[in-house]
Amino acid sequence: MLAYLLRRLAAGVVTILGVLLFLFVLFFLVAKPEDVARKALGERAPKAAVEQWIVNHGYDRPRFWNPDHPADTMLVDHFRRMLTFDFGASDADDVPISKRLREGIGPSLSLTLPLFVLGLLLGIPLALLVAFFRDTYIDRAGVVACVLLMSVSTLLYIIGGQYLLGKILRWFPISGFDPVPGVIARFLALPVIVGVIAGLGDSIRFDRTVFVEETGKDYVRTARAKGAGEARIMLRHVLRNGLIPILTQIVIAIPFLFTGSILLESFFGIPGLGSITVDAINANDFATLRTMVFIGSLLFVVGQILTDVSYTLADPRVRLE
Amino acid sequence: MQPHVVSNVVVLSLVGGGLLALLRLRRSPLWREAGAELVRRRPVALAVVGVFVLLALLDSVRWQGGDAAAAGADAVARFEARSLVDRLFSDDFRERSYSAPLAAEEFYGNAPLRHPGRHVLGTDILGRDVLHLTLKGARVALLVGGFTSLIVIPLALLTGICAGYFGRRVDDAFFFVSSTLASMPGLLLLIALIIVLGRGPVQVCLALGVTSWVGFARVARGETLKLRELDFVHAARALGVSEGRILVRHILPNLAHLVIITFVLLFSGLVLSEATLSWLGIGIDGSWGQMIDQARDELSRDPIVWWNLAAASVALFGLVLSVNLVGDAVRDVLDPRTLRERR
Repeated sequence: MLAYLLRRLAAGVVTILGVLLFLFVLFFLVAKPEDVARKALGERAPKAAVEQWIVNHGYDRPRFWNPDHPADTMLVDHFRRMLTFDFGASDADDVPISKRLREGIGPSLSLTLPLFVLGLLLGIPLALLVAFFRDTYIDRAGVVACVLLMSVSTLLYIIGGQYLLGKILRWFPISGFDPVPGVIARFLALPVIVGVIAGLGDSIRFDRTVFVEETGKDYVRTARAKGAGEARIMLRHVLRNGLIPILTQIVIAIPFLFTGSILLESFFGIPGLGSITVDAINANDFATLRTMVFIGSLLFVVGQILTDVSYTLADPRVRLE
Repeated sequence: MQPHVVSNVVVLSLVGGGLLALLRLRRSPLWREAGAELVRRRPVALAVVGVFVLLALLDSVRWQGGDAAAAGADAVARFEARSLVDRLFSDDFRERSYSAPLAAEEFYGNAPLRHPGRHVLGTDILGRDVLHLTLKGARVALLVGGFTSLIVIPLALLTGICAGYFGRRVDDAFFFVSSTLASMPGLLLLIALIIVLGRGPVQVCLALGVTSWVGFARVARGETLKLRELDFVHAARALGVSEGRILVRHILPNLAHLVIITFVLLFSGLVLSEATLSWLGIGIDGSWGQMIDQARDELSRDPIVWWNLAAASVALFGLVLSVNLVGDAVRDVLDPRTLRERR
């Protein structure tokens, strides 16, 4: 187990280094410092101001090779700072990026956590129900409903939810955020409902396929032969076995709870990490963008390792190769 | 050469290439049978997709002259290259501002319209005909799906097949690159690429290509791994067939069904991604996503302006739904595992 874990960790580190290299190429080689400065300062900024900006943000140093100080290059600096979580200041307004991240993580989690839990609590039972009625019209209608749900753009769910539940029925405030314990639920209800519905079609369809596949296996026939009822088979046997592949999907999603939901947050005015990303797009803030990508992939790699570990814990048949 | 001529040549040669490929496939009884089965299963969805494709193609071939010149339009309009879809809506077929579908007077104030009762889906804030804009959105949607696939498929096939067939170092390199790209959250990577490369249709397609390459290439690699060990490949190698020829003659044709399945399943995701990007302000001009984005504020007007949003969303939903339905059927028809159940 330990050797396996170490090997997975090593692979994860290599991936992270790859991401950093990719970000370096994208943000320091493809993007020219002058362009970055002009985007931050405006197209008509005077030449002196642009040069001053480049020096202030450290974009003027040699990229790969500095004969006098080998460690003082943008490449080394980029890797060193990212890996020590010293993200520096935003390109747009010089606010430290780590301060923004600390402020944004709370609102993001308060949105994504209930969204995630509710999605699971709704998706898995519904998928099991549809799988219970497999090869009947109920199943077929369920699958069609899922495809219909999947074919609607998330934008429309958000606009429709805001309009119908917020404006017409007036059940919830249309947008806003207030971290006071009692008030927060009022603001989060609508984005959570919209988010759950937007993701439902996809997850029901995936889980249903898993469950239907399980119902064709030998142990189901054995259970039926010994006289277990269909409901018992579904709940005791199919659900438990089907949860193993579903678990992989779930664990890998957990890290992304921290990066928030870009669309939901910016539509509903929740000041989380997703909103920070949107602000960075609008302000052409390269430093913040590359930090967000780095953190996202770091979390993904961690999630993948967690998935593999949980997989081996949940299913003793999986051997650690 | 003028830009519209270049784009016409590109479009026409793509259509020609597509038709040639279709003709070749029709010669094989297996493909013919699969095609017939597909038509039998999803006649409506296929027809809807067909209408969208036709619209997009009709809107992609543009030429100068015609009624704009005759109508005495200004110098810019006279030399503007316009497609058949544009020509269905003459140049002065517009109003001053909003008008409801089939209305006889303007939406705000009761001034009579220039073309009362003739704007089937109303007009937008600039007085442009919404039906015209919606029809033109089909071209952007197919551009996003089609052009991106055109970039991704050859690249993914090449890399995937090489990784699967040659293994070792090549596979290690493939694994490194693909896991690096896959570990970056899709939407964030898309945003980063477009922000750095700049905004525009080509950049959006390139960025979408980078993010969808991983999935496609992994499928190709996995299938090649299986094929590599099959007897006919061993036989070819024993007979002294060169590596390149084995790849092209023996491996590639056996991936054709996977290419088609992945392409169709990928397509709707690409179109929906573009809508999201449009909302973030980095999409492609004239797309349905952009229409939806622009229509957001219109919902808070009183009385509300709903036809812009409705037209773009119905069109987007219709295309994505029918492509999804066709995609499921294509997978069932072409996947050998489900083939047996069919009989």
